[in-house]
Amino acid sequence: MTPCRVPIPLLAFPSRGELVPEPLGVVLIFASWNFPIGVSLEPLIGAIAAGNAIVLKPSELAPASSNFLANSVSKYLDSMLVKVVPGGPDVGQMLLDQKWDKIFFTGSSRVARTVMAAAAKHLTPVAVELGGKSPAIFDSLGSPRDRKVAVERIVGAKWVSCAGQACIGVDYVLVEEQFAPVLIDQLKATLEKFYPGLDCLSRIINEQHFQRLTNLIKDPSVAATIIHGGSLDSETLFIEPTILLDPPLDADIMNEEIFGPLLPIITLKKIEDSIEFIRARPKPLVIYAFTKDEKLKSRITAETSSGSLTFNDTMVQFACDELPFGGVGGSGFGQYHGKFSFDLFSHTKPVLRRSFLLDFTFRYPPWDAWKLPFMRSVYHFDYLALLLRVLGLKRR
Amino acid sequence: MGKGFDGARAADVVAELRETFRSGRTRSLQWRAAQLKAIARMIDENEADITAALYNDLAKPPTESILHEIALAKEACLFALKKLKRWMKPRKVSTSITTFPSSAKIVPEPFGVVLVISAWNFPFLLSIDPVIGAIAAGNTVVLKPSEVATATSSFIAKNLPHYVDNSCIRVVEGSIPEASALLEQKWDKIFYTGSARVGRIVMAAAVKHLTPLVLELGGKCPVLVDSNVDIKVAAKRIVVGKWGCNSGQACIAPDYIITTKAFAPKLVDALKITLEKFYGKDPLGSADLSRIVNSSHFTRLKNLLDEDKVSGTIVHGGQQDEKHLKIAPTLLLDVPSDASIMKEEIFGPLLPIITVDDLEHSFDVINSKPKPLAAYLFTKDHKLEKKFVKTVSAGGMLINDAILQFTNPHLPFGGVGESGMGSYHGRFSFDAFSHKKAVLSRCFLGEIPMRYPPYTPLKQKVLRGLIAGNVLPLLHALVVWPAHKKV
Repeated sequence: MTPCRVPIPLLAFPSRGELVPEPLGVVLIFASWNFPIGVSLEPLIGAIAAGNAIVLKPSELAPASSNFLANSVSKYLDSMLVKVVPGGPDVGQMLLDQKWDKIFFTGSSRVARTVMAAAAKHLTPVAVELGGKSPAIFDSLGSPRDRKVAVERIVGAKWVSCAGQACIGVDYVLVEEQFAPVLIDQLKATLEKFYPGLDCLSRIINEQHFQRLTNLIKDPSVAATIIHGGSLDSETLFIEPTILLDPPLDADIMNEEIFGPLLPIITLKKIEDSIEFIRARPKPLVIYAFTKDEKLKSRITAETSSGSLTFNDTMVQFACDELPFGGVGGSGFGQYHGKFSFDLFSHTKPVLRRSFLLDFTFRYPPWDAWKLPFMRSVYHFDYLALLLRVLGLKRR
Repeated sequence: MGKGFDGARAADVVAELRETFRSGRTRSLQWRAAQLKAIARMIDENEADITAALYNDLAKPPTESILHEIALAKEACLFALKKLKRWMKPRKVSTSITTFPSSAKIVPEPFGVVLVISAWNFPFLLSIDPVIGAIAAGNTVVLKPSEVATATSSFIAKNLPHYVDNSCIRVVEGSIPEASALLEQKWDKIFYTGSARVGRIVMAAAVKHLTPLVLELGGKCPVLVDSNVDIKVAAKRIVVGKWGCNSGQACIAPDYIITTKAFAPKLVDALKITLEKFYGKDPLGSADLSRIVNSSHFTRLKNLLDEDKVSGTIVHGGQQDEKHLKIAPTLLLDVPSDASIMKEEIFGPLLPIITVDDLEHSFDVINSKPKPLAAYLFTKDHKLEKKFVKTVSAGGMLINDAILQFTNPHLPFGGVGESGMGSYHGRFSFDAFSHKKAVLSRCFLGEIPMRYPPYTPLKQKVLRGLIAGNVLPLLHALVVWPAHKKV
């Protein structure tokens, strides 16, 4: 919250400049259903830290969490300034009809467009945290132990994270075709270890999403590529961890964000081809790369674009408060976490203070010809020339 | 360009720039520096032509053209050239026990293909300045200058291509049809300078592709004047900030003054004296005042003055020369708050002065209006100054001077609320056109098996401690756990 001093050129002496953060005012936060508590509270914390009043609309698809928030927030926080408004799309639309000083949205691109269109009417700045197809590049790692750790981390980012219903989950894996068998074996072994039964696995949020996921693997040309799992229970909304090997690239499963427990593995001739593969597609929220090859790491960093990039692990970048979290391109815009949250919900106001001493005549009209050279010296911070001019020792 | 520039042609331009961007051409420091140097050269080699174009469009006095457009644009190039290497460098950030061992950095990268739409009042600067930021950040860019400033638009369209890399930087001239064709395309960022009305249209167009924006808009910039000031200096600074800046046609020009009833007569006198000193007894004939940009804006300003409740409040000036589109510096005293001149952004050489009993009470009045791009306060009272900074929200603030914040590359320049979103100048321009990519590197040591199912209460306990950043759970996870569990 402390204003930060900025350097002011000597020329403007005596002057003082600083950047003063101030709250934007009254902000609206839309949370998603997959991490309904976390994704509600994290932006809320930023908005409060920055000094705003807030309305939080949790997702109606997670009603128990939504109710929890509605009851708890009023108990623990200042209910004059922090309100929870649960409800569905109609409530969302009513909220969007109002004038806000900032809107923070986590969810799908489709709904983000509705939010941004409403914001445009009032010139309200928005931050949209979307998703995308976040790939994991799996290079040959040499050591079996490293491979085991790497695969556990991939499984962690796919199935351990809400059964794949996570914006920073691994959507699909890219691997060299010669290493695919090793990867698949390790994936199967890890799944068996983590999920001896299905009781530690989240279910699909609702029937609509269950149906959507079912449709992704319904197509015979896609179903034929399932090499593990594939069973679905529409009563309990559970889908078994499913692995596919080289589904058709034009199938929906390879063009839409999966957001579920289905993992396509795409094989390439060489791992470097993964860079072009990713570049040909919309920018994801995160790119994961498992490799010890420093050259490959540099190339991935320089040649791909994503919200974040994590080497040799998954998901944990979310816990690094010194790193900004947010998307780019199709995966969204606006970044938060840590100080970035504070900044996102603040207006950083520059304040320049001058005094009445030292007033240069040459900055005022009439614009006589002699004044211009003085002003040029000013702009070039040419103190010597300025001094000489003032002393009359330098003309043009 | 201009005739027949439709959606298909716009799509072609974007596709070409996207292809060039993909090739990596704009990424190197060398390429970016070469473009910036070329722009600086263009400015140096064509100062006379730029000045002439600005005179053509706005009767802008050559000194103002140099001060407010040419010199500032050149300085923006040179500042970026000096700092670019540092700006481009990834920034290391610390990591916590939660991800130990790991290293993290923030890597700036260009968005890709960006659109810059410029305004007519500082048509050269407001075109070149954002383009400098876009290039410094490594993007390809399409610039659409304002068609209202035809000579400057024409100058830029003719000359910029001779200096910069045309495979990456393009100028598209035109008006609404061309702008609409451009706005239909998919951009990675859009930078718009202009009115709030068109700002809404630009933002609505950006919705289709969820394109992030910077909108540099305007508003009614208030100037509060206390009675304890050095009135001569204050008057000079207000006058040059208002009329010495494109005759009030500037987004950060003082729009209206608030002062105390007791002080108003002195202030009005000081302003009158200063105006005469700067612009002579016949300001309509002064070469040091810009004209109004076109007849439509002239009529708009004339109507503001002709409104019944307003015309009687003119205390100085008011003369108009429709043929030459000039309006004399005009002061008005105690205009009713419901008059149009007190509701719309004036953007012209008319300065209403509102009087109050107590300056501090006017803070609430200012806050009840849309947030302006700038707010000014002239005072020697530090307490009042502190309260002003704390209470009033504006894009930027300046105490005891006017407009200078625009010239400082260390201060972000941009609005808040109705006056805009996003900021630029100096490093902020580079940031406005960059994506800050978070890069976290881990290795295969330090595995925390309790992240994974099957879940047990003990695993949960260790994880909680880890996320809270405690060392003991980390040690437990790294050392104790593997020793007694089959990993």
